[in-house]
Amino acid sequence: MALETTTHDLEEAVIKFAGDSGDGMQLTGTQFTTNSALFGNDLGTFPDFPAEIRAPIGTVAGVSGFQLHFGSKEIFTPGDICDVLVVMNSAALKSNIRNIKKGGIIIANTAGFDAKNLKLANMTSNALEDDSLTNYTVIKIDVTRMTREALTDIQLGMKEKDRCKNMFVLGFLYWMFNREMDNTIKFLNDKFGKKPEVLEANLRVLKAGYSYGDTTETFNTRYKVEKAVMPSGTYRSIMGNQATALGLVAASKKSGLPLFLGSYPITPASDILHDLAKYKSFGVKTFQAEDEIAAITSAIGASFGGSLAVTTTSGPGMALKTEALGLATVLEIPLVIINVQRGGPSTGLPTKTEQADLFQAYYGRNGECPIPIVAAQSPSDCFNAVYEACRISVQHMIPVILLTDGYIANGAEPWRFPKESELEEIKIEFAKPMAEGEKFMPYARDEKLSRPWAIPGTKGLEHRIGGLEKQNITGNISYEPENHEFMVKLREEKVERIANYIPEQKIDSGPSKGKLLVLGWGGTYGALKAAVRELNEEGFDIAHAHLRHMRPFPKNLGEILNNYDKVLIPEINNGQLVKIIRDKYFIDAMAYNKIQGLPFFKSELMDKIREILK
Amino acid sequence: MAETITATNGEVLTAKDFATDQEIRWCPGCGDYSILKQVHTILPQLGLKQEDIVFISGIGCSSRFPYYTETFGMHSIHGRATAVASGLKAARPELSVWIVTGDGDGLSIGGNHTIHLLRRNFDMNVLLFNNEIYGLTKGQYSPTSPENKVAKSTPFGSIDHPFNPIALALGADATFVARSMDRDPAHLQNMLLRSYKHHGSSFLEIYQNCNIFNDMAFESYTEKSTKKDEALFMVQGQPLVFGANNEKGIKLDGFKPVIVNLEEGASKDDLWIHDENDMVKANIISRFFDHVDMEGHLPRPFGVFYQTTRPTYEDMMSQQIAQVITAKGEGKLDKLLAGSETWVIE
Repeated sequence: MALETTTHDLEEAVIKFAGDSGDGMQLTGTQFTTNSALFGNDLGTFPDFPAEIRAPIGTVAGVSGFQLHFGSKEIFTPGDICDVLVVMNSAALKSNIRNIKKGGIIIANTAGFDAKNLKLANMTSNALEDDSLTNYTVIKIDVTRMTREALTDIQLGMKEKDRCKNMFVLGFLYWMFNREMDNTIKFLNDKFGKKPEVLEANLRVLKAGYSYGDTTETFNTRYKVEKAVMPSGTYRSIMGNQATALGLVAASKKSGLPLFLGSYPITPASDILHDLAKYKSFGVKTFQAEDEIAAITSAIGASFGGSLAVTTTSGPGMALKTEALGLATVLEIPLVIINVQRGGPSTGLPTKTEQADLFQAYYGRNGECPIPIVAAQSPSDCFNAVYEACRISVQHMIPVILLTDGYIANGAEPWRFPKESELEEIKIEFAKPMAEGEKFMPYARDEKLSRPWAIPGTKGLEHRIGGLEKQNITGNISYEPENHEFMVKLREEKVERIANYIPEQKIDSGPSKGKLLVLGWGGTYGALKAAVRELNEEGFDIAHAHLRHMRPFPKNLGEILNNYDKVLIPEINNGQLVKIIRDKYFIDAMAYNKIQGLPFFKSELMDKIREILK
Repeated sequence: MAETITATNGEVLTAKDFATDQEIRWCPGCGDYSILKQVHTILPQLGLKQEDIVFISGIGCSSRFPYYTETFGMHSIHGRATAVASGLKAARPELSVWIVTGDGDGLSIGGNHTIHLLRRNFDMNVLLFNNEIYGLTKGQYSPTSPENKVAKSTPFGSIDHPFNPIALALGADATFVARSMDRDPAHLQNMLLRSYKHHGSSFLEIYQNCNIFNDMAFESYTEKSTKKDEALFMVQGQPLVFGANNEKGIKLDGFKPVIVNLEEGASKDDLWIHDENDMVKANIISRFFDHVDMEGHLPRPFGVFYQTTRPTYEDMMSQQIAQVITAKGEGKLDKLLAGSETWVIE
């Protein structure tokens, strides 16, 4: 018998699913995300998983989490702390207790709080039984037992039955948030269509979870988060690495250049390789190289041959590629290098995010070796950012570094994706064949200082290039002292001139002059925007600008910086952009840094800004 | 072998067409000159358009090679020529791609790329100039220098055990493995042509004399007085014979190769018949690697050790793409961007 329930309307909610690596929390989170997106919420997600594939079961090291922030208003981040925390065992509670709001709801699988699990999580007392959770509403469900009971007459092993328990939680949450379950039912049908027992088991447990909410007297509060008002159009959900892969295919199509990816597997960049490997029907060639160096140098070879050549990596791999970056710079050929940043140095924090490779992108090579840098600011923005990186690279005959990070690479958000016809053409022209007697000049230049892209197979253009210093125009080897200085300055000027071909810097939120400019780059976009907007609503005279072009900077950046009394540069590193800005514009920019492998919370940014303006 | 083939575009090329306007900067007397000459001699015989040929090198004396050859070329970075060339060949399978590398470039700093290139079997030609020394850095021992080698970095002799490049290439499942030398132009030209004609990765080790830092390292095999006794020229289908009057031969005693003398009663019928398609025999003969000073050592083999056919990487890559396009049709960007699940906001 269903009881009367009250439904609370919420503007936004943050749910975190946490459990053991094998508990299927990523899948559960993704399903709830898709459900919310299809319903019409705006949203942001953040998966948080261990570096170990199968850390010991039940331990804190093995906890895998998925955070989802959805709302009827604009959502810019996966949320600071959660309203609802789902924990499948003691370790999941232990590692996430800091991240739940006072008064928030904890849904706990009591089977994960037996003596064995408490011990594995190094917990001396059962938090569900003592009074340590008095500040929260705790919903205790023996998910394991309920799941087994729902499946008594199903011919499956106990292990396989237990694997369905995430569906119980999902079903319960669908009930709690007043949701239809169609998308998950369809998903399960697609996934387990060939295994009828497994399909039946999952469907039954999903529905059991929903009915449990519906029929159990204890729960009489449900929530509703209405549709968001978003620009009209067709949307899909997108993760950053997916968007990067799509942007590369789009750039290949719109430039007419075949796409070549040379890559070596590395967390958190590998998904770009995985996705592109699927896109063979677009003629994409993916080459899983023997190491990071072969990954970039094979791409250099492909670029020499006239491909849109790309290499993808993360910090440690980037370190291995640096000599080849110098080669690409001296060769003056197109190449897109994508660094999905993670915590460093060395192996560091492979599955955690950081913005600490900006200096590496700026300075990390031998000799004077300037390379243009573009940064992506959100999951869907990876598409635009990589498209821009490709455009600059092929039109200016220059390697370009794209910086994304683990946070936006694995985060998801709704994306009003473009139509092919809406994407700007990337115009390029290879050097034309030459007649007998004409001499080809491989380092002749146009107004961009870019040299001809002369690909093998073109008659009369036979020429040799290499890593030794070049004479301008002829490309011949030259050790002349003045020539070297000339070429160093020329390569620098070539990078600087890109500023003539990129958009001016815009203010994202807030007034064009005022007390404080919050200047950011990369994956901090959502948190900075949310913080500045909220403070604007409170009446603070502050603005937010976010850089796409990190090198060269937009031409009007200096002017913008001077329009504010103070400039604050928050970064997920120990202060890198702030030093470059101070160096270039001689301003007293302030740093605000977080180096915990985690993104900024809106609240901590707001606190910092309030403190500055006190 | 001095025939000239008309290129597919109807032009007749000569060795001179492959010389560049760059001043050659190898030391006078360097073995590289001979190799350059033999390559320029065979290039017009391949029936290729000049613009379809690419030479890619790494770093080292040998790696200056592309500057002196009028084709497309890249003098890349140390050890990476094989990887650069792999990307180029994957992207442009129709090009004739040649890799020029050395014992330091291709077996030390770039050893990893060399073995991976060979296992993948790109249709490219690796010319490994082996002078058993680091020349460009002025005389340190290399990964092919013999033990006890006294060099700048080993004043008391090297304690490194050297690579056997042929055995290494066989171990990496190369589909064509051969050895030649700078001082035998006819043999070298023949091996270069064989390398080119092989469809797959060709690994050609070329003994090359560095007359400045490691002079006469291969003299036993190249000098008239000793060549016939120390160098064993393998010919497909022919018995393994050597010596001033071809009086010595190699016989297999089980799996053990032994030297027999045809003038002292051994029969030619019992000799090992060279079969370059036999992996077992190739593995045995690749191990004829004893130092000439060793008592009872076997002669050093030259020629094709092994050849087999296996699909090339670039052919399979193109086929896989073609198969997917046949099965699914050409990719539609709008469909890709939309993904599997969309929703409309009015």
